Amino acid sequence: MNAPTLFGLCAAVLVGFGLYGLIVHPQPLRKVLSFNLMGSGVFLVCAVIARRGAAAGMGGDPVPQALLITAIVVAFAASALAVALMLRQFDETGSSSLSNDPGPAPAKPAAKGEA
Amino acid sequence: MSPAAPVNLTTPGGLLLVLAVLLPFAGVLLGLVLGGRHAQRVAWLTILLGIGVVLAITRASLGSGASLVYLLGGWAPPLGVALRADGLAVCMMLVVAVVVGAVGVYANGDFGTPAGQRETRAALAFWLLLLAVWGSLNLVFVSGDIFTLYVALELLTFAGVPLVALDGRAETLQAALRYLVYALLGSMFYLLGTFLLYGAYGTLDIALLAERVGAQPVTWMAAALMTAGLLAKTALFPLHLWLPPAHAGAPAAASALLSALVIKGAWFLVVRLWVDVFPGIVSLPAAQLLAALGASAIIVGNIVALRQARLKLLIAYSTVAQIGYLFLMFPLVQALNATQQGNAAAVTGGLLQAISHATAKAAMFMAAGLIYSTLGHDRVADLRGAGRALPMTITAFALAGASLIGLPPSGGFLAKWLLLSAAIATAQWWWVLVMLVGGLLTSAYVFMVVVRAMAPAAPGWSPKKQVPGYQQAAVLGLALCSFLLGLAALLPFDVAQIGRAVVPLVGSP
Repeated sequence: MNAPTLFGLCAAVLVGFGLYGLIVHPQPLRKVLSFNLMGSGVFLVCAVIARRGAAAGMGGDPVPQALLITAIVVAFAASALAVALMLRQFDETGSSSLSNDPGPAPAKPAAKGEA
Repeated sequence: MSPAAPVNLTTPGGLLLVLAVLLPFAGVLLGLVLGGRHAQRVAWLTILLGIGVVLAITRASLGSGASLVYLLGGWAPPLGVALRADGLAVCMMLVVAVVVGAVGVYANGDFGTPAGQRETRAALAFWLLLLAVWGSLNLVFVSGDIFTLYVALELLTFAGVPLVALDGRAETLQAALRYLVYALLGSMFYLLGTFLLYGAYGTLDIALLAERVGAQPVTWMAAALMTAGLLAKTALFPLHLWLPPAHAGAPAAASALLSALVIKGAWFLVVRLWVDVFPGIVSLPAAQLLAALGASAIIVGNIVALRQARLKLLIAYSTVAQIGYLFLMFPLVQALNATQQGNAAAVTGGLLQAISHATAKAAMFMAAGLIYSTLGHDRVADLRGAGRALPMTITAFALAGASLIGLPPSGGFLAKWLLLSAAIATAQWWWVLVMLVGGLLTSAYVFMVVVRAMAPAAPGWSPKKQVPGYQQAAVLGLALCSFLLGLAALLPFDVAQIGRAVVPLVGSP
């Protein structure tokens, strides 16, 4: 197994983890973290492509590196926007959740305990 | 540099494309620096200049009869980035300019800061985001390579998400966050597809990619990833869950922008990919799958719209349904490609559907905003008196509704006529059935709203607030644009096809 294949497989695993987290977790913060994990996988794919272009005798294919830095900036801005929205929602409601009903799972045992 | 093909030369008027993108963003920065009540003036100056630029682009494009091209920094693809505007892009830019202008007039009432009134953050944000949406959409329409398109889509998302949460209530913040999560997932899929295409073919330029792509697994994978990502951003059924709360919760002017324009950005990109980049790669069954999702959107969206108690949610679900129509064009395009007749009818039909929906839906959301401020609520069951208080607005709502239903001479009629003829010409009768049933369901909820609004008001009732006449005029003007768009059939028919003569027109019907 050569290096590009290894890194490609790593990228696939990262994208898979990220996608799983993004779909399964209801909490927005975890969703944003999963998005970043998935993003790392996608960026790794790009880096592998740059490295593979270098096999033609160049030091490295510069175009994917330029794309990569742009994509990282965009993903960073997206995460910042998401966190800002979450903080504002927390200020307004005291919780940060994407489900419409106010957390049925933790609320019920608490209600039983009080009763 | 490599010897440049004729496609890869800056054409006269190419610089206008740069202006169309830069001008709105320059307005955003200037408005941000000046701040407060100056933002509105900067926005208006930019809107007027921007409309001038778009008109100049149209004139240059009609004059030369070919795509406008601009090579950034004089570097030709594959190393450089080209901006291109073909007929489709020019048409979409014109519509966006018209809708942005009308929304701007309407927003003078909701987000204006007359002398003596305190400046608000929402007003500043609205005017800046209006310009940002416009600039990003223009970039989506003129970008010639798939990575610039990714950046443009992200800009569009970043401008659209704060528009949802403009009034800062908890529900709208949640809707904005959900919208952002869907959009981020979509953009990651799109980006992965972009990288795969670059890895396989060594270029990002749309024209070069179209020449180089071959039918192999990596292309199919990239096409599937990019399409799935874009569907999440366009909110095609079943990825539409974020749309109704986001579009219904925003202030009326922002809903109009989001529902009429922002979702069209990602749709336009799907058209670019399927019609221009992958025409030989995507198969008819894949296109049928896309249209089947569209058909489900039409049926589900319309039925759910019928059951809504609030007018803005009804209109938002109607958007879900109308997005479905936009995706019915793909199997028709594929089938027409296969018959060597040229895909002009289906592509123009899809484009007209997008245009008529953009103008009609913006008019409907703004009409709903006026009804809300007059009645103090927007419960569909309790709209009596609205027709007496707001005759122009209810007329506009009815005209826009007629365009969504597809009554002649509206733009919706012409669009559905072209799509229906293409469906019959390629023997795909089931799409005809879906379009007709969708039109019936649409007419049910449009008539329901108009009939209830026409009922006489309760005795002694008076409007909560007088809405200014120019807001009503802006809504009516936009609805008339949509309703009279069908007269475009009288124009020489090839405006949308400028610079797109890829498939020879042999024996067109």
